Amino acid sequence: MDGYHQHQYLEGEVRIPSGCAISGIIDRSGKRFSGSDAITSISVMHDRSNGLGGGFAGYGIYPEYEDFTALHIFYYGSEAKRKTEEFLEEHFDLINLSKIPTEKHRAITDEPLIWRYFVMPLPTKLASSQLDEDEYTARCVIRINKEIDGSYVFSSGKNMGVFKAVGYPEDVGAFYRLDDYKGYSWTVHGRYPTNTPGWWGGAHPFSLLSYSVVHNGEISSYDANRRFIEMYGYACTLKTDTEVITYMIDYLHRRQGLTLEEVSSVIAAPFWSTIECKDEEERNALTYLRNTFASMLITGPFSIILGYNGGLMALNDRLKLRSMVAAEKGDKIFIASEEAAIRIIEPNPDRLWYPIGGKPVIAELYTTGQGGAHGHQLPVSGL
Amino acid sequence: MKRVYVNEAWCLGCHLCEYYCAYANSGLTDMVKALKDKVIRPRLTIEQEGTISFAVSCRHCTEPLCMKSCIAGAISCKDGLIVIDQSKCVNCYSCIMACPYGALMPSEEQVMQKCELCATNSHGQPVCVQGCPNKAIVYEER
Amino acid sequence: MAINYLYPDFEVQRNESRCITCRVCERQCANLVHHYDAETGRMTSDESLCVNCHRCVSLCPTRALKIVKTDHVFKENANWRGEVIQDIYRQAETGGVLLASMGTPKPYPVYWDKMLINASQVTNPSIDPLREPMETTTFLGKKSTTIRRDEQGKLITDTTPQLKLAIPIMFSAMSYGSISYNAHKSLALAAEQLGTFYNTGEGGLHEDFYRHGKNTIVQVASGRFGVHPGYLNAGAAIEIKMGQGAKPGIGGHLPGSKIGQDISKTRMIPLHSDAISPAPHHDIYSIEDLRQLVYALKEATNYTKPVIVKVAAVHNISAIASGIARSGADIIAIDGFRGGTGAAPARIRDNVGIPIELALASVDERLRAEGIRNQVSLVVGGSIRSSADVIKAIALGADAIYIATSALIALGCHLCRTCHSGKCNWGIATQNPELVKRLNPEIGSEHLVNLLTAWNHEIKEMMGGMGINSIEALKGNRLMLRGIGLCDAELRILGISHAGA
Repeated sequence: MDGYHQHQYLEGEVRIPSGCAISGIIDRSGKRFSGSDAITSISVMHDRSNGLGGGFAGYGIYPEYEDFTALHIFYYGSEAKRKTEEFLEEHFDLINLSKIPTEKHRAITDEPLIWRYFVMPLPTKLASSQLDEDEYTARCVIRINKEIDGSYVFSSGKNMGVFKAVGYPEDVGAFYRLDDYKGYSWTVHGRYPTNTPGWWGGAHPFSLLSYSVVHNGEISSYDANRRFIEMYGYACTLKTDTEVITYMIDYLHRRQGLTLEEVSSVIAAPFWSTIECKDEEERNALTYLRNTFASMLITGPFSIILGYNGGLMALNDRLKLRSMVAAEKGDKIFIASEEAAIRIIEPNPDRLWYPIGGKPVIAELYTTGQGGAHGHQLPVSGL
Repeated sequence: MKRVYVNEAWCLGCHLCEYYCAYANSGLTDMVKALKDKVIRPRLTIEQEGTISFAVSCRHCTEPLCMKSCIAGAISCKDGLIVIDQSKCVNCYSCIMACPYGALMPSEEQVMQKCELCATNSHGQPVCVQGCPNKAIVYEER
Repeated sequence: MAINYLYPDFEVQRNESRCITCRVCERQCANLVHHYDAETGRMTSDESLCVNCHRCVSLCPTRALKIVKTDHVFKENANWRGEVIQDIYRQAETGGVLLASMGTPKPYPVYWDKMLINASQVTNPSIDPLREPMETTTFLGKKSTTIRRDEQGKLITDTTPQLKLAIPIMFSAMSYGSISYNAHKSLALAAEQLGTFYNTGEGGLHEDFYRHGKNTIVQVASGRFGVHPGYLNAGAAIEIKMGQGAKPGIGGHLPGSKIGQDISKTRMIPLHSDAISPAPHHDIYSIEDLRQLVYALKEATNYTKPVIVKVAAVHNISAIASGIARSGADIIAIDGFRGGTGAAPARIRDNVGIPIELALASVDERLRAEGIRNQVSLVVGGSIRSSADVIKAIALGADAIYIATSALIALGCHLCRTCHSGKCNWGIATQNPELVKRLNPEIGSEHLVNLLTAWNHEIKEMMGGMGINSIEALKGNRLMLRGIGLCDAELRILGISHAGA
């Protein structure tokens, strides 16, 4: 700051609470559909965003490259790009690289360079690192984001991709031409941050490997969660809730091997009084998880949709301090902040319910899991 | 019926109960005014020998010997509470002779007085109990 | 008679118009300050004997008494203050170490008072503890590092032994000997009722209190007083005392005059012999020796009890804590330099060690930097005075809190800081049976329960204000704190921002 120009706080310099809109759709039969439904759904909730961030995650969109990690990277300047590509060459085989196709949109401005790489770890490097492929890739991504100034990897999964920008989500969808992509599941996010000029990397979904999280809420446990997860090699550079939630899910699900239900009973743990009422086996398991990962309990309002290869999981905080609605129609499961955002794309769902706080709604491809929308459901009400 | 009981294990021999008793039955609302420069005549007394001490007051016996011995019919039982009508007392001291606990004694006006659990004064609850710093005197149902 | 250089610190002021000469002051003062003058029918007092414990003041039924600081002064001198001069007189006369009790009264910064707590506004809701669950249950002990499953894929839920606390506050170590039987009993009863723990201190466990074992932490200190297999197995956890905040670097001292029949038996030492704990544990001269003791105690209790290692907050505390975390200890207890004591050399108490706030912040940060914070729980003590201090300590990174001075105050202690005299008028820091009986454990335990119940209510209110409904989400949540009037170095060590930032 030079004392004359007012300092603008950038993402990561300060903690930024935000309110938001989220929506997610999955076709459990695996049938792929374009991103336009997600765009339509989120556009209904325009007023829940303020134009300072929108984004999408699509799964099943790169079948031709399904064995390779798709890196989506923002570059602010060619120097950042040069350094990053040097780093990538050192650590990965680059199978394909290109600019991500975009369409000029008058509401989307100041875009960085946006590149996409399909990569696989260099076998020799991977072997000498003694890590598995996911951990290797995750560490490289965290390193680029932490160490290379002006460079930000915002998507790093397989057969999935994140597309995000500063702007209203429906404009972001048009900007990235998401009509041209087809996936079996989509999540989308419209952001209402309270004190940032908006930075492209700060838009959501937030993603690591194939996990992507869209989140509405402001968690009061943020610093307890952050300081805990940073013990395990993660660097929370953005100071946002979504980032820390994503890392915790990655740690618990990928690294500790917990099931998604178990992950839910860590981050949205049942109250002790509820745990006391369970039978012995379940009580022991829930007590164990809650005690072992006590610092990963999330408090404060949140509703999240986690995208992963083969499924979606929606979860509310245990007091349900944020709205979230789910619906089913045939093979499709819909989840959104507001019912209207579901009805605009599916006016006549077979059933529609309000998931209970702390109970996950998990919807997976028939080929991945049991395929149901299991987790807790309430009978259709309010119709 | 709730009665006053003592537990000598916690009695410190501080004698505060005596002063609170004298104050409670003085009819005055200011303790200083009631007790300053006066010889107090409490209705309970601390018995002390060496390091052991405890407060003694009327047990409100179910078969009150004092009542039976009273020649003037001044002592009566009201719902278990043994009370004395000082206007009837003739100072014969029979009750003092009869009470095995030494719980009756002459008042300033010479007629007999006894603990009436503060039920008959303006306090309503035994003030010695409230004033005991160590719960050595308690007011309870046993 | 030699010249007496010392003028009494206090004056006993008796309002003659209120005194009813009930003589309760006289009967209750073990220091023999008050006398009844039969000739005049008036009370008199010798203020040179007064320690300002307020026993007489509290019991005077007409509030005729008060104790005031003397206005007798030395010639004003910012360097050679009156207290400094008086200490020199005392030592010149006695040739001895100055003894003191309770925490240091010196005006060192109290960082608790320089931190402010956050609350929710607009962007997320505060939570009303009267209407929503608000959880303060805390588990202490080592956490698993990897998830294990059986052949059916079910979670294996065995853990190393854990302590479950209904509230994140425990009573810290005070030995039977330094405090009375009734004080111990009050703590034991209260811990049981509150669902937390009290700590035997280094003086063993009186046979009457074995029945409260599940709420007892048994301590093993350098003197090993009263330590035997039955004792180790009697409690819920074992604490190795390496140091105490009020006197880092030295051991405990209990004069032979306090070693009566019961204490002699409990401590397993001869009647009336001085109980002097060695400064170090003579089997622990290094960290690897500590590991051996930790495992010796675990062996002795068949790995059923968590082991706590208690250390005083000293300059290199974060490295020490890191060493302890790797020594097999389940819990580290850190005692800050404002912590209390029954007796300590005044110079040590007032000059050795560091504040608990800074020690806690730096230990928590170091354990996280080394990735081992979840392997060990952190309990801190050393002058936690209120529920706000508790909130701040947990937000800095503590799992739970130890209180002792606050507990004694709840029992009636007026911080006159003369515990070492053995004449505690409140029946707490004394072994004189006539004084001990002044503390009725029924009243004592009720006051302790009331205090912590009240604190827990306040903790819940403040947590709710922050939008946090479970204590674990507060732990280490330093964003919930802001410094006020702190310099950059202090803020950096505490790991918090300044208010307004």
